Amino acid sequence: MFHRFANPARFSRIAARALPWSGAATIALFIIGIYYALFASPPDFQQGETVRIMYVHVPSAWISMACYSFIAVMSAVALIWKHPLADIAARSAAPLGAGFTLIVLITGSLWGKPTWGTWWVWDARLTSVLVLFFLYLGHIALTNAFDNPQRGARAAAVLALVGFVNIPIIKFSVDWWNTLHQPASVTRLDAPAIDPAILTPLLLMALAFTFYFVTMLLVRMRADLNAMRARALRLSAAE
Amino acid sequence: MIGLTLLVRRELGLALRGGTDAVMAVVFFVLAAVLFPFGVGADPAMLPRIGGGIIWVVALLAAMLSLERMFSADYEDGSLDLLYLSPVGLGTLALAKALSHWMTTGVLLLIAAPILALLYNLPVSALGALFLSMLLGTPILSLVGGIGAALTLGARRGGVLLALLILPLYIPVLIFGASAIDGAVAGRPIAPQLMVLGGFLLAALALAPWATAAALRQAIE
Repeated sequence: MFHRFANPARFSRIAARALPWSGAATIALFIIGIYYALFASPPDFQQGETVRIMYVHVPSAWISMACYSFIAVMSAVALIWKHPLADIAARSAAPLGAGFTLIVLITGSLWGKPTWGTWWVWDARLTSVLVLFFLYLGHIALTNAFDNPQRGARAAAVLALVGFVNIPIIKFSVDWWNTLHQPASVTRLDAPAIDPAILTPLLLMALAFTFYFVTMLLVRMRADLNAMRARALRLSAAE
Repeated sequence: MIGLTLLVRRELGLALRGGTDAVMAVVFFVLAAVLFPFGVGADPAMLPRIGGGIIWVVALLAAMLSLERMFSADYEDGSLDLLYLSPVGLGTLALAKALSHWMTTGVLLLIAAPILALLYNLPVSALGALFLSMLLGTPILSLVGGIGAALTLGARRGGVLLALLILPLYIPVLIFGASAIDGAVAGRPIAPQLMVLGGFLLAALALAPWATAAALRQAIE
C-alpha cells in the first residue's frame, strides 16, 4: 500500500482529488457535531452546562495522542524503509499535533476552574500531556534547526521514536497514579461508561476533529511537496 | 570491552588536558543553588522542604552544560567518521562518551552535593538519599543527554535546542530523585524511588546508546 503513494506527484494528485471531499466531510461533521454538542444533548447532573467543554477537550486529546502515534509510525517508516513521503507526513503533522495539545491544555484549564476549583494541578495526566506538548515543540524545532531539510527530518524522526514512551504513560497515568483527572470512560476494554445521549455528540465531534486533521494534513503535505519542488528548482537554477 | 576502555581513556585524557571545563559545571551547580535562597528567602524551616527539588533541578542544568561538546569536536575534525568506520561501532562510542561525561561531570556533582545539603539545611538522614539518588540519576542524565547531543549535531542554536529536547526526557529522573530526598527529609522510606531510578538507569544503559548511535548515523550520512 505504501508503494502506491511513494511517488510524490501521484500522492499530490490523489490528495488534490480527496481534499474537497475531506473538507466537506469536516464542515458537515462540525455543523452536526456542534449542534448536538451545544443544543441536542443534556447538561450534566453535577457539572451543568460546563460539561460541554468535554466535546472539544476529549476529541482534541484523542487526536493529539493519535497524531503523535502517527508521527512515530511515520518516523519508523522513514528510518527503516526510507519512504520518501514518511518524513513529509511527520513534518506536516507535528504542528497540527502541537496545536491540538495546546487546545487540550487550555480547554482542560477552562474546564478545571469551575469543576475542580483550580486552573492547573500537577497530577500525572496533566504533567504528561504538558511533556507531550514540549516533545511536539522539540520535534518542530529540531526539524527546522538544520540547513539541510533531510538531516532535520531524520533527526526529528529519532526524537519522535525516543519520545513515544510518553504516549502509554499519558494513557495509563490515570490508572497508575492517584490523579485528580478522571479515569477513562470511553477508551477502555469494558463498554463505555457514558450515557448515549452524551456519547453520541462526543463521537461526532471526534469524527469531525479526525476529518479536520486529515484535511489539514493533506493540505500541509501538498504545500510541503510544492515547497520542496520550488527549492529544487531554485537550486538547479542557481547552478 | 577493549574498545570501550580505550575510548573512555581517550575521553578522560582529553578532559584532563582541557583543564577547567568540567570544574565549571560544578561551580555553576553550586552557584545556581546558592541563588535560590536569595530569591525565595532563607527561612531555615522552608529550605529543607524545597532543597531536594532545587538541588536536582540545578544538577540537571549543570549536567546539560557540557553535553553540547560531547560529539561536536569529533564531528568537526572528522574523528567521528573514522570511529564510524572502525570496528568499535557507534553504540560503544555512545556508551564511552556517556561514561566519560558522567565521570567528568556527574561524579563531581556527587562530590559537591553535600555542600548543597549543608546550604539547604538538609538533615543528615537525607544525605544518604541525596547521594544514592544522584548516584543512580546522574548516569541517566549523561546517557539520555548523549541522545540529545547526537540529535543536535550541526544544528543552528544547538545548545538551546539541546535543552529543549532533553529536559522533557529528564523529567521522570527529576521527579523520582527529588521525591527520594523529600521523602528522606520527611522520614518516609526511599527504597521505592531508588528502585525506580535504578530501573530507569538499566533501561537507559540498554536503550540510550542504541538511540544515540542511530542519531549519530543520521548526522554522519
